[in-house]
This record gives sequence, C-alpha cells and structure tokens, in this order.
Amino acid sequence: MLLSVLPVAAVDPAVLAAIEKFLGSRLPVTTRREAAMSVPPEAHDPKRDQYDGTLMLRAALAQCPPEASRLLVVTDLDLFIPMLTFIFGQAQIDGTAAIVSLARLRPEFYGLPPGPDLFTARYLKEALHEMGHTYGLTHCPDPGCTMSLSVNIAGIDRKHPDLCGNCTVRLSDKLDTLRRDPAQPRRES
Amino acid sequence: MNSQWKILVVDDEIAMRESLAAWLREDAYTVETAASGREAVEMADKTPYDVYFIDLKMAPGINGIETMLEIRKHQTDATVVIVTAYATVDTAISAIKEGAQEYMVKPCNPEEISLFVQRIIKVKSLQRENVYLRQKLAKQCSFWDIISKSPEMHAIFDLVGEVASQRSTVLIQGASGTGKELVARAIHRAGNRAHLPFVGVSCASLAETLLESELFGYEKGAFTGALGRKRGKFEMAAGGTIFLDEIGDISPKLQMDLLRVLQERKFFRIGGTEEIPMTARVIAATNRDLQAAMETGEFRDDLFYRLNVINIKIPSLQERRQDIPLLVDNFIDRLAIETNKPVREISKGALKLLMDHDWPGNVRELENAVERAIVTARGEVLEEGDFDFIARARRRDTRLDIPAGTSLSELEKRAVEAALEQSYGNIKEAAQVLGVDRSTLYAKIKKYGIPR
Repeated sequence: MLLSVLPVAAVDPAVLAAIEKFLGSRLPVTTRREAAMSVPPEAHDPKRDQYDGTLMLRAALAQCPPEASRLLVVTDLDLFIPMLTFIFGQAQIDGTAAIVSLARLRPEFYGLPPGPDLFTARYLKEALHEMGHTYGLTHCPDPGCTMSLSVNIAGIDRKHPDLCGNCTVRLSDKLDTLRRDPAQPRRES
Repeated sequence: MNSQWKILVVDDEIAMRESLAAWLREDAYTVETAASGREAVEMADKTPYDVYFIDLKMAPGINGIETMLEIRKHQTDATVVIVTAYATVDTAISAIKEGAQEYMVKPCNPEEISLFVQRIIKVKSLQRENVYLRQKLAKQCSFWDIISKSPEMHAIFDLVGEVASQRSTVLIQGASGTGKELVARAIHRAGNRAHLPFVGVSCASLAETLLESELFGYEKGAFTGALGRKRGKFEMAAGGTIFLDEIGDISPKLQMDLLRVLQERKFFRIGGTEEIPMTARVIAATNRDLQAAMETGEFRDDLFYRLNVINIKIPSLQERRQDIPLLVDNFIDRLAIETNKPVREISKGALKLLMDHDWPGNVRELENAVERAIVTARGEVLEEGDFDFIARARRRDTRLDIPAGTSLSELEKRAVEAALEQSYGNIKEAAQVLGVDRSTLYAKIKKYGIPR
C-alpha cells in the first residue's frame, strides 16, 4: 500500500523523513514524498488567522496521486474547523486522507523553551493517530493509546507512540479486509 | 461503545454541521446531519436520536427552539443542545427555559466540547440504566410478574389483591406450567406478610416419611439418623406463607396430619412433645382434579374443604391465547439480556406458529421454547425457522415397539423413557402421561437409572 506524504507550503524535510520512517515501521505502507502543495487561498480565515482543516484536506485530495491508497498532509499552519477553535489534525474515518498540523506541537507555542525530542514525539503520535482514523479506528478509551482523544497538548504527551492491544487487533482486522478487497472508494472530504 | 448513541447535528451551514459531525464520528458516535429544522423534525419522526445539536438561527424555515419543540412533541425525553454563534444571556435563558439541556457557543474549545459531550452521554447512560432497572424492579417485585391481558386472569389479580392480607387458606388449581407458584407468591407479596418468609414445598417430589419430617421437623433421636433437632417448613414459614405444591399427591396419612394442623393451628415436631403454634398462612396448589379424587376416595373431603376456602382456578394458555404475543415480548426482553443475545423481536410468521401451537406445558413450555429459539437464533428477529423444534416434536413418533418376550420391567422402563422424552424431561407432564404421581415417577427413574 502506498502512502503519499504531502507537505503544504514549507515543512522541515527532517520532520517529513521522521514521519515517513515511523509510519513505515508501524503500518504496512511504502511512503512517498510528494512535491509541496501551495496553501489553498480559500482555506485561510482572516478573522481567525487560521486555516480550515477540512478545506485544506479537500484541496490536497484533488492532488492525491491515483496509485496512492492513503494520503497524509503535513503543515506548519495552525488549523481549525468551523465548530472548534483549533485542531491538531483531522482525518476521514475509514477513508483516504488525513492532515496533521505542527503549529501547536512545538513547546515554543506555549511560551516554553524549544524541546526537539518532545516535538518529534508529539508529531509522530499525531501522524499515527490521524492515519489510524483512515483505517477506521475511532478514539480509544485507553489514555495511553495513540488513538485516545487529545484535546490539549498534555493529552498528547500522556499517550504512547503505539496502539493499545484492542486497537492493534482492530487495525489488523481492517488490514486483513483490505488485503482481501483492496478496491476502496476514494472519499471526497 | 459510543456507537450505540445516535446523534443528529442540525445546522443550515454545511461547514458547521459537517465539522461537528466529523469530530463526533472520530469519537465513534453514530452521527447524522440535517440542513434545516424541518428536515430534522422529519428525520426524528422516522428514527428518534439520543442527542440533538441544533443551531439556534437557521434560515429559512423554523429556528432551533421551534425545531426542538417540534421534536419534543413526539419524543418528550429528547436531549437537546442549542448551538449559537451569538452568545447572549437572553437567548441562553430562553433556550433552557424551553427545555434545552445545554447551550453551546460556537466555535468551541475542543476541551470544553469534549467534556460537554461526555457529560451529556453520562447522563443519558444513567437515564437508560435507570429505566432498565425500574422496569426490572417492577417486573421482579410486583404482582405483575404474571403477565396477562385476559379478563379471566385480571379477575384473578383482583381476587389476589382482595385476599392477600387475610389468613384464609387458598387452593390454586391449574394445569402444570400455568403459574400456580407465581400466583401464590403474588398473594404473599401483595399482603401484609410480604416481609415474612415464603416457604415452598413440592409435595410430590418427596417420599411420605421424608415429606413428613420436611413439613413438621423432628427432635434429636426421633428416628435413626435424627442426629439433632431440625425445624420443619411450617416453623420456617412462621408468620409468613407456606406453599404446598402438588397437594393432590400426598399420602392418606399426611392428608390426616395436615388436616389436624389446619384445624388446630398447632403441631408437634416428629418425636417431640412441645406444641408449636402454626402461624403461617397455607396456600396449596394442584394440577389434579380434587373433586374426582374425592369421589374415588383418594383425597379426603374434609381436607379439601379446609383448603378450598378461597379457590383460584388458573386458565390454561390455550384458554388465553391472546396473551401469547404479550408473553413472548416479555420473554424476549428478559431472556435476550440474560442470554446476552441481540434478539429484539419475533417475526409475524413465527408468532403465528406460536399462536397455533397447543402448549400442553402452558406458559412454562412457551418460555422454554422462546429461550431455546433465542439461544440458537442468529439475528435480531426470531424467525419461523428458529422454532423448527416445535414442528419436529409434533412429528416425532412416540409409539413403543414391543417385541414378544419383553419383560414387564423392561416395558416399564421404556414407557418411562418415552414419556420423559415426549415431555422434554418435565416430570409433572411425564407423570400425567403415565398416570402415576410424581414421587412414583422419581422412584422409577432412580430404579432404572434413567438419565434426565
């Protein structure tokens, strides 16, 4: 299965490489870096000075290579959805695409000194979390599982960069189903 | 298990409703959306939702509060969250006054909305659990453990209510499986003895001497093996109710003993000299025709009249067929939970099959049949195929093939086996078929080592 990693605007290549390596070790995917996509102008909300995650995902899906079975969009921009003040990321449940924002994962965002290791741990967990949604996983009640819901940065730091036993089994069942019937409808955002 | 909760998000702005729906779906809730108040009302009419998130200002058409009031006409307990971009105290107060459970200002912080949804679901879970426990309690403790809409049974309910607090003996007559013990328990629970013991004795399952010591108790040394004093059932039931089931099967000696207890309201333990007052109320039951038994001299008429002060005759299931759908629904509700199966209802075809069956084993047989069908059913609906065993039982050839030279004891063994097979191991039914009392049948089963 091919996972396309699509940066929006400028994203540190080291971050992208770390995500690709990590997801390659946790999921049965081959990763491929796509050329960076420019920011879709309609996604910018001047009042909030944030970017609409749903519109970003929709624009990215239009650029998704047909041979890719999954698409992970990575951006440094701060994302929101209309109902919420911000989001760390967003995904199509049991679908194709997911997006992760790095903006609120850096300690500096919270007025703290830089912490490269902490930052790395956070974006790897978020990347796996959002990809998990594309395989049909929903939020897990185990606060240590990557699939648990994080509504603040402390929630992300509490969880491990791995799935719990239950989510591992559910993912494995989903992958078995996909192996038997790889044809999946491409979902619009 | 969030997927069990159905949520409807109602907002005229597609970006708002879809973003909230997507966020809730990540939490595994079952979420649908409506683009207007009118659409939401139509959807709710078809299938009620557990929680509604409704935008206050929608154009065109009805607003959020009007939508909520429309939904509430059909679903009075609907949980509604009014969502608004224009936070004012006035709108919040009017939404809550009109019955909204919560009021939410958009856009919302993820932490707030998460706590908010968890709180609503927790309340909904407790409400659901409360309803279930209340129903369970009502079923367990009320007199309406007996389920019926037939006029004959309602006349019995009325009579039970009238006599519950009296001391008079009651004789309950009815075929096996009609619920004689349930009626006896209802009399006990509905009266002023409900907090005192209810002690049941199955008279047919014990041999004469054993039944005597069970009922009256014994003193140390009263007979070989009486190593200490033992209280009998009459003593255990002191102040409460003693239920003597299958009274028609007791021996002439015990009939005499029982008559004396009822007349004198006191008794002695076996081998004892201390007079013990009999303070329990006696309820007796039988599936035998005691009038016929009196005519043949098998049952004492003086005992019959002592027992028959209040007489309750329970109709067979065949005589109250209209109760079958009600009973089946009740059994499904209870047994699906007890057996942990997702069965919710019965198909029309399967119900017709049950309505057409004769049910010689009455309500108990019906309950057993529904339980068996639930255990083997694969879907949420019990279908005709799930009750195939009824048709098979009808077709079963129960004739005995007796080759010349068969001994009498072999013949008896085979007759007992066939009767047990035909009655699915029900001792009462098998004893009736064989024309013997239950204690005789127990003895035969033991004698021939017949597995049950």
